[in-house]
Amino acid sequence: MADSSLARAVRWDTVVGALLIVVLLLSFGFVDGFGNALNLSFLIGNTLPIALIALPMTLLVVSGEIDLSVASTAGLSGAVMGALWNQGMTIETIIPLCLLLGAVCGLINGLLVTRLGLPSLAVTIGTLAAYRGIAQIVLGSDAVTDFPTQYLDFAAGRIGDTFIPYAFLPFLVLLAIAVVVLHATPFGRSLFAIGASEEAARFAGIRVKRQKLILFTMTGLMASLTGVFWALHYASARYDNATGLELAVIAAVLLGGIDFDGGKGTLGGAIAGVFLLGALQNVMSLQDVSAQSQIVVTGVLLVLSVLGPRVARQISVARAARSAG
Amino acid sequence: MTQRSDTGPSPVLALKDVSKSFGAVRALRDVSLELFPGEVHALAGENGAGKSTLIKTLAGVHRPDAGQVLLDGEPTVFHGPADARDAGIAVIYQEPTLFPDLSIAENIFMGRQPRRALGRIDHKATNAATLALMQRLGVELDPDRPARGLSIADQQIVEIAKALSFDARVLIMDEPTAALTGSEVARLFGVVRTLREQGAAVLFISHRLEEIFQICQRVTTLRDGAWISSELLDGMTEDDLVRRMVGRDLDELYPKQEVQAGEVALSVRRLTREGVFTDVSFEVRRGEIVGLAGLVGAGRTEVARAVFGVDRWDAGEVEVDGKALTNGAPSTAMAAGLALVPEDRRAQGLVMDMSIERNIGLTGLRTTVKAGLMNRGAERSRSLDWAVKLQVKYARIADAVSTLSGGNQQKVVLAKWLATGPKVLIVDEPTRGIDVGTKAEVHRLLSQLAADGVAVLMISSDLPEVLGMADRVLVMHEGRLTAEIPRSEATEESVMAAATGRAAA
Ligand SMILES: Nc1ncnc2c1ncn2[C@@H]1O[C@H](COP(=O)(O)OP(=O)(O)OP(=O)(O)O)[C@@H](O)[C@H]1O
Ligand SMILES: [Mg+2]
Repeated sequence: MADSSLARAVRWDTVVGALLIVVLLLSFGFVDGFGNALNLSFLIGNTLPIALIALPMTLLVVSGEIDLSVASTAGLSGAVMGALWNQGMTIETIIPLCLLLGAVCGLINGLLVTRLGLPSLAVTIGTLAAYRGIAQIVLGSDAVTDFPTQYLDFAAGRIGDTFIPYAFLPFLVLLAIAVVVLHATPFGRSLFAIGASEEAARFAGIRVKRQKLILFTMTGLMASLTGVFWALHYASARYDNATGLELAVIAAVLLGGIDFDGGKGTLGGAIAGVFLLGALQNVMSLQDVSAQSQIVVTGVLLVLSVLGPRVARQISVARAARSAG
Repeated sequence: MTQRSDTGPSPVLALKDVSKSFGAVRALRDVSLELFPGEVHALAGENGAGKSTLIKTLAGVHRPDAGQVLLDGEPTVFHGPADARDAGIAVIYQEPTLFPDLSIAENIFMGRQPRRALGRIDHKATNAATLALMQRLGVELDPDRPARGLSIADQQIVEIAKALSFDARVLIMDEPTAALTGSEVARLFGVVRTLREQGAAVLFISHRLEEIFQICQRVTTLRDGAWISSELLDGMTEDDLVRRMVGRDLDELYPKQEVQAGEVALSVRRLTREGVFTDVSFEVRRGEIVGLAGLVGAGRTEVARAVFGVDRWDAGEVEVDGKALTNGAPSTAMAAGLALVPEDRRAQGLVMDMSIERNIGLTGLRTTVKAGLMNRGAERSRSLDWAVKLQVKYARIADAVSTLSGGNQQKVVLAKWLATGPKVLIVDEPTRGIDVGTKAEVHRLLSQLAADGVAVLMISSDLPEVLGMADRVLVMHEGRLTAEIPRSEATEESVMAAATGRAAA
């Protein structure tokens, strides 16, 4: 009796997954131009930046922290990439340097949060502005577009005539790694404990500060990877690349059922949230919905995503009580 | 069962045939209870028997599934704790519910602060009223201090003060003494007696049976959610009471084995944390159980925290098996074989939203691992093993620990740390909130661990427990070790004398 009620309990990440499937099916059926391989590859390609950053962001939010500076880190990496390219450096040297820079940006966030005990929301609002400012200093208002074609092709192209962008494959590898890290390693387990009760985690011998430092650094690294991808995908490195991307990432992650208070959620749910958001944006673009209205939709989704899991939890609790009582 | 309602006064508050279930768990079945003015009524039963659920039903936190709450003989429905409070019922819950960012005074007078002109809160009057309450309880707590960081015992005292501040007709107390030492308990009982003489009805829960006999006149016993008996305590023995609770006779409460002490396992030298404790030195040998006694606030918990590494120390050193521990690093302390069962199970011992399985698993993140990944099978069997060994009463091992009764939560904390197979085990109030039957079981376990060569440091406010279990008793007073008393000389008098600073060693 109790077991079946558990099985029937509404899990928000399943809800989002189902919602994604419904939206895809409806779009295939009713939205002109949605189902062809080219559009689908655009959908995926445009969603990849959000998806890439969503991986570490999910881990971060599970552990009770947040990083709002990710889009600025991405922009800074793109800007530095452009500036170094203009200097004549090879792309093979530039990319590792950019990734290193991103890791340092993340490390700085992490140190400010763990050493000074500042709330990550405040710290990363600050570095959001700072990193973006540095990007502008580095590159000014230039746009660098003449990166080597084989890199541009990789970042923007798709496999033959399929709907799968080349870049989707490395993403799948990263996704698999992130799923394993969060859900199958002691590290991931400790993140859930930290997010749910930092004090109890500390009393269990979990190295809370160290774990957080690692997470922030990884987030910076992934943000800069995204910045590099962005510049190549859109063939344009500018200081304002990826502006506002942090909101989309956080909206998607929360939509996917990651609890803003930490300690709850699954990566599967988060990624379903990312692609749900991506699909909706794609459909709205196809239907010529204005960019402003798209932002409104994202905002509404953000509110729903915070409410949704709570409502779902209450329903499942009520159900369990009824079925067993 | 004795009837007296037709002769004596009528009950102020009563439950009639009340049932309450949580999912498949039937926490109360057809339970009745009557509280009379001028009487202190004990509620007894094992962990998970339904005591706290009964109290929450009286207090309007839970609505009964069936049955009635009677106030002055009239059926009443409390729609929430506020209704019950307005009816003159003050409740001290088992787990303190203070607001960490508010001061002690604000917590006590939450929403009822004395006002000055224009509705401004009168801080002076609030603080003075708080101080008066603290004096009644004989403790020194600064009313302006925020609740955050208060020890469990101090939090409990604030809760007691808060309940007293209502001048209630009915005072309900769910294990108020679990973290208190003898002298604080004596103060509390003094206050309770005064209230009783003024005609208040009191309902009292404690797993320390001697306290029930000290302060109560009548006792109601629950077993597995069912009413067993209500009777006068006069003429009853502790064994009688235990038999009602457990349904059988009990083994010895302090099954202390004589063990030959081995080498030094834990050595603490001149440990100091500014303003908290000073120059604390002691050793615990393999096979030994060393008691650490003292009044609330003497610094016992603080020493344990520093030794384990959750707080830093300012001077001194700590060694486990001759190896120095790093200052402020619980993970290295754990790796060296140290385990700490902390005093505050809800904030420190457990992640309340996590399952029983994963809570116990948290200390196994280094061991239940295969090729870098969690070995879920190993984690589950390790958790199950220990949950069973400690007789945790649960529905499913995957249930959140927050659904367990207080005593069962405590068992999960013990399980979590015993599962690490420690060389040195520090237990801070290991049996707080644990029923007599399981207490004996925990004592047997500690004794067995010592026999197996574990060095045990036991902090406890329960003096009989310290005297019954410890080979040696260390006593702290105001942040210093003031005495070391061997088992043969340890008595309530000698320990209390050192704890209150009346004797120096
Ligand atoms: N909110 C809840 N959800 C599910 N089960 C609950 C809940 N509250 C209590 N229970 C269950 O009801 C039973 C009675 O619990 P209760 O807290 O009343 O016990 P208790 O007598 O106070 O025990 P203790 O001495 O350990 O405090 C237990 O089996 C407990 O697991
Ligand atoms: Mg209880």
